[in-house]
Amino acid sequence: MNNSTASRWGLRTLGLGYLALLLLAPLVLIFFKTFEDGLAPPIDAITSPDGLHALKLTLLMVAVSVPINTIFGVGCALLLVRHRWKGNPVIDAIINLPFAISPIVIGLSLFLLYGTDGWFGPTLADAGIKILFSVPGMILASIFVSLPFVVRETVPVLQEIGTDQEQAATTLGANARQTFLRITLPAIRWGVAYGVVLTTARVLGEFGAVTIVSGSINGQTQTLPLFVEKQYANFNQAGAYGASLVLALLALATLLAMNLLKRKEA
Amino acid sequence: MGITVEGANKRFGDFQALKDVSISVPDGSLTALLGPSGSGKSTLLRAIAGLEDLDSGRVVINDEDATAKPPQRRGVGFVFQHYAAFKHMTVFENVGFGLKIRKWKKPEISDRVHELLRLVQLDGLAGRFPSQLSGGQRQRMALARALAVQPQVLLLDEPFGALDAKVRKDLRTWLRHLHEEMHVTTIFVTHDQEEAMDVAEQLVVMNNGQVEQSGTANELYEQPANEFVMSFVGEVNRLGDDFVRPHDMDVVLDPDEHTQEGLVQRIVALGFEIRVEFVLGDGTEVWAQLTRGELQRLELREGQIAYLRPSQAKSFNGPPPSDPQGASTPPGPDDGGDAEVSAAV
Repeated sequence: MNNSTASRWGLRTLGLGYLALLLLAPLVLIFFKTFEDGLAPPIDAITSPDGLHALKLTLLMVAVSVPINTIFGVGCALLLVRHRWKGNPVIDAIINLPFAISPIVIGLSLFLLYGTDGWFGPTLADAGIKILFSVPGMILASIFVSLPFVVRETVPVLQEIGTDQEQAATTLGANARQTFLRITLPAIRWGVAYGVVLTTARVLGEFGAVTIVSGSINGQTQTLPLFVEKQYANFNQAGAYGASLVLALLALATLLAMNLLKRKEA
Repeated sequence: MGITVEGANKRFGDFQALKDVSISVPDGSLTALLGPSGSGKSTLLRAIAGLEDLDSGRVVINDEDATAKPPQRRGVGFVFQHYAAFKHMTVFENVGFGLKIRKWKKPEISDRVHELLRLVQLDGLAGRFPSQLSGGQRQRMALARALAVQPQVLLLDEPFGALDAKVRKDLRTWLRHLHEEMHVTTIFVTHDQEEAMDVAEQLVVMNNGQVEQSGTANELYEQPANEFVMSFVGEVNRLGDDFVRPHDMDVVLDPDEHTQEGLVQRIVALGFEIRVEFVLGDGTEVWAQLTRGELQRLELREGQIAYLRPSQAKSFNGPPPSDPQGASTPPGPDDGGDAEVSAAV
């Protein structure tokens, strides 16, 4: 074995060891911890009315936030890449805000808008619309924290494909809608798909912002991450780990779905 | 009929890409827009296609003012330098795209696509994806795609620029034949003067966003309107105020009142053509193009002194042509009448 082979294997071991210790070990441990006392306790916890409600609410968050952020993200990416405008760098910077700001701060800022003393709060309350401590506020928080993913993943792909294909379609008679649906969208689909996966994962796991605006009311405004936290705080470890495992599996399933789609394509 | 551009101006920020450009392309002709990069030739082509809006000026295609029309309604076929192949579609779907947009029926699309694929010699590759084609095949596919919708004019933006030399030459010949068959008014952009002269019937030479001269290859070569055209459409030496083509540099061993003394610095044999490089007394470097036979007759050696006599020179600063041998001045609006053609000796 010469020097370069030795150093290559050394680096591999180091890299894999680091990943195993930091990422894989905790996840595997959750799996074992969940079933420490058999199958029943975690399953009971998840299938309890509150557990099931939390699961449904989490899926609802995904079902609403992901399509909204996908449509907004693709549109915004098109605006940033295809329409040169002085204000673009400002838009670009604003889109990154959710990455930079702590989710807790995002949650609190929603209070300033929709709270009883907030900008819109009193008006909406008069109209009978409740944002905070209810599902709409939680959806707003989810959209806020996961907003940049589709934009960030789509922008580089749009830049890379350039405008030649779109212009070719135009000269061949395609209008803006036809060009977008038949040329642009198929060309950027993997960038968008990756953005959707990241958005989904983020919404599934969102804790900070949603905690603040939801009030985490059992069986009402509790998503799975909040449910996990409540169970853990109440010393119900089996329930906490069981719900954690469900969350982890949902995220894995999302990643797997994209990989399968991608493989089918190739 | 044909294509006319009148007084076209286009500015990108501080850069004036087109400065009051007017050209006229006869119906059914094959015209080259020739110029260095940044000369505005691609911008002009894109403006004709409607892919670029003009700041001012008019584009007329087949007697119809197309200035305000979107590209979809101009009846143009456009071929891009980098093919612009729809990567997620097969060759068949690429070529049939325009027909599908026009809501043709499936069997008709199929007939037309296969007819075109035969024309561009890609029949049998209909099911392939662009990534499985060579550069030359991709460009032929792009051409078939542009022709599928039966455009009134065909516009090609450096169509062979991304291909290697051999394929480029083949495609050139092929494009000329295709044009002879189809007779669709065609404009193609190139920075390669040899390519332009080889393929086009008419050339428009552009520089700095302006048309320098237009005419046939012969007219441009024999009667260039200015120094730029003269040096762009062929090799040129500068002797004081005179411009001389290397093949118009006679090399002699005995001086007379019309010759200049030069030191033979280098002799390069390029097959039949021999390139002899000289340094003149004032340090000017010039070269003469000789044949193998001429070199042997002169028995030139590197390092020796020989004498140069321009058999034909042009000057662009002098008075208007008065020399009867000055031939006819080139046609077109770009002819300033300041090209003097003189025959020394």
